[in-house]
Amino acid sequence: MATTHTRSAARLMMAPSVILLFAWMIVPLGMTIYFSFLRYNLLMPGMEEFTGFLNYSFFLSDPAFFDALTNTLLLVGGVLAITIIGGIAFALLLDQPIFGQGIVRILVIAPFFVMPTVSALVWKNMFMNPVNGLLAWIARSLGFQPVDFLASVPLLSVIIIVAWQWLPFATLIMLTALQSLDEEQKEAAEMDGAGFVSRFIYIVLPHMARAITVVILIETIFLLSVFAEILVTTNGGPGTQSTNLTYLVYAQALLQFDIGGASAGGIVAVILANIVAIFLVRLIGKNLEA
Amino acid sequence: MGSITLRNVSKVFGEAKVIPSIDLDINDGEFVVFVGPSGCGKSTLLRLIAGLEDVSGGQIVIDGQDATEAAPAKRGLAMVFQSYALYPHMSVRSNIAFPLKMANIDKAEIDRKVNDAARVLNLTDYLDRKPRQLSGGQRQRVAIGRAIVRQPKAFLFDEPLSNLDAALRVNMRLEISELHQTLKTTMIYVTHDQVEAMTMADKIVVLNRGRIEQVGSPLDLYRKPANLFVAGFIGSPRMNLIEGDYARAKGAKTAGIRPEHIGLSREAGTWDGVVTIAEHLGSDTFMHVEVSGIGTLTVRAGGEFGCRHGDRVFLTPDESKLHRFDDKGLAL
Repeated sequence: MATTHTRSAARLMMAPSVILLFAWMIVPLGMTIYFSFLRYNLLMPGMEEFTGFLNYSFFLSDPAFFDALTNTLLLVGGVLAITIIGGIAFALLLDQPIFGQGIVRILVIAPFFVMPTVSALVWKNMFMNPVNGLLAWIARSLGFQPVDFLASVPLLSVIIIVAWQWLPFATLIMLTALQSLDEEQKEAAEMDGAGFVSRFIYIVLPHMARAITVVILIETIFLLSVFAEILVTTNGGPGTQSTNLTYLVYAQALLQFDIGGASAGGIVAVILANIVAIFLVRLIGKNLEA
Repeated sequence: MGSITLRNVSKVFGEAKVIPSIDLDINDGEFVVFVGPSGCGKSTLLRLIAGLEDVSGGQIVIDGQDATEAAPAKRGLAMVFQSYALYPHMSVRSNIAFPLKMANIDKAEIDRKVNDAARVLNLTDYLDRKPRQLSGGQRQRVAIGRAIVRQPKAFLFDEPLSNLDAALRVNMRLEISELHQTLKTTMIYVTHDQVEAMTMADKIVVLNRGRIEQVGSPLDLYRKPANLFVAGFIGSPRMNLIEGDYARAKGAKTAGIRPEHIGLSREAGTWDGVVTIAEHLGSDTFMHVEVSGIGTLTVRAGGEFGCRHGDRVFLTPDESKLHRFDDKGLAL
């Protein structure tokens, strides 16, 4: 029974954690907004002064900003496409009864436990290296010129590395969704004359809609802030070819020591992330309703 | 058209022989019920006919054509599942239309057939709802609708009423019987409930441990059970099975007498006993009577027979309705 009394008691009890969480969010956000209106350079300490929207106009008119914006969207979109299509494919395969199923499933999930810097370095030095890399060796043994992935297609390389890390997550969610599909429904569809492809399109895929939505939403949150993989592989280059918004803010703050500009970039990134979030929730959020 | 013949059909799961070997003829237009206790292989047998399981041996012939290796969809059979297996994301209309859509029938024709089926099953008002917005009985009808539109050679029902409450079950039982009268299509119906079997079937197939115990019309099975298993399974309450001196005197290992074939009196009779439990159902009274030298007998009396725990009563079996079984359990 929720009486007025217990409700106010509950509010009182909840207050500390709510206040703590709120402060944790609002203090850094407030400081970032404050810094974004200052001329604040680490090379000239003590000379901060108010500059209005100058930081914003510089950041938004920087050609690197539009490169970073496109790269961010390409990175998120590319990784989502690979992990969702690949995740469904792997889930369909792993759902088949095979010998050593348990071990295979653990192997599939393993990449998720490798930390981003490590997996990016492994990819950089052992796979994509144009001299020593496995891919270069394959290309050479087939008689082709090895490709220097990180130099010639840097963004694609980053997408591949990040997709490799997120594929297990997508596979896992899709597999559980697939396993929760009622066996009788599949049999009913089979009796109704649906072949494998029709069964997949009309029965399996609609059943997985919610799982796909969850994967898209969760992955988008993390993919908007990909950083470690770029830092250890391409450093955002060549030029700005693999710089995303996160990396651009980092470069602004810690490579050019421009805290004001970086703060303005951070606020822009927050706004963009919210736009993406609203867009996504509008588009696919209805799948989450029961 | 819809005659189905099983020849020597067997099914093995790993080590377990679920169905050793079954021969069965199902004629066109018959309502056949597979009945038996749980785990007797009746659902497996249905799934073998449907093609959802591969047979381990033997032959399934549908309408004179060998369908043993045919894919489920090619057999021309429609199945109604225990869980209904409706597609939750599709409307009732799309659910019913699904098999037609898979058969690439044109849109106008699909609409016509779906509307016809909906009218027959009283679903017209619900065509645009999703399955989760329907009651159990309505879902059941949608599942039947999905089977009807295909105009199959035979319908297969896998315990379709077991998820419904008692009152609805009686209703749906009637509706399915009426549907059979209207469509005159072969129906195979699996149930563990002997009341469903008795009321609906043209032909009952009693299964036990993967073997057919007896095939026959409901009244045949009731009047002439071929063995102890059928005798005990068909009829409610169960037949009284008596061993010992009384059975030996009748020249059998076991004697069976149904509760409704025992006369009851307060004054005189063959046996006398003490009532241990009396179940008053209104129309009937079922009494458990402890008779010395015989054991506990179930007896049916009229609803007006006032009688309580501890009362002394006299019983007289109607010996013309006595069933006798030898030491292998077969009827004599």
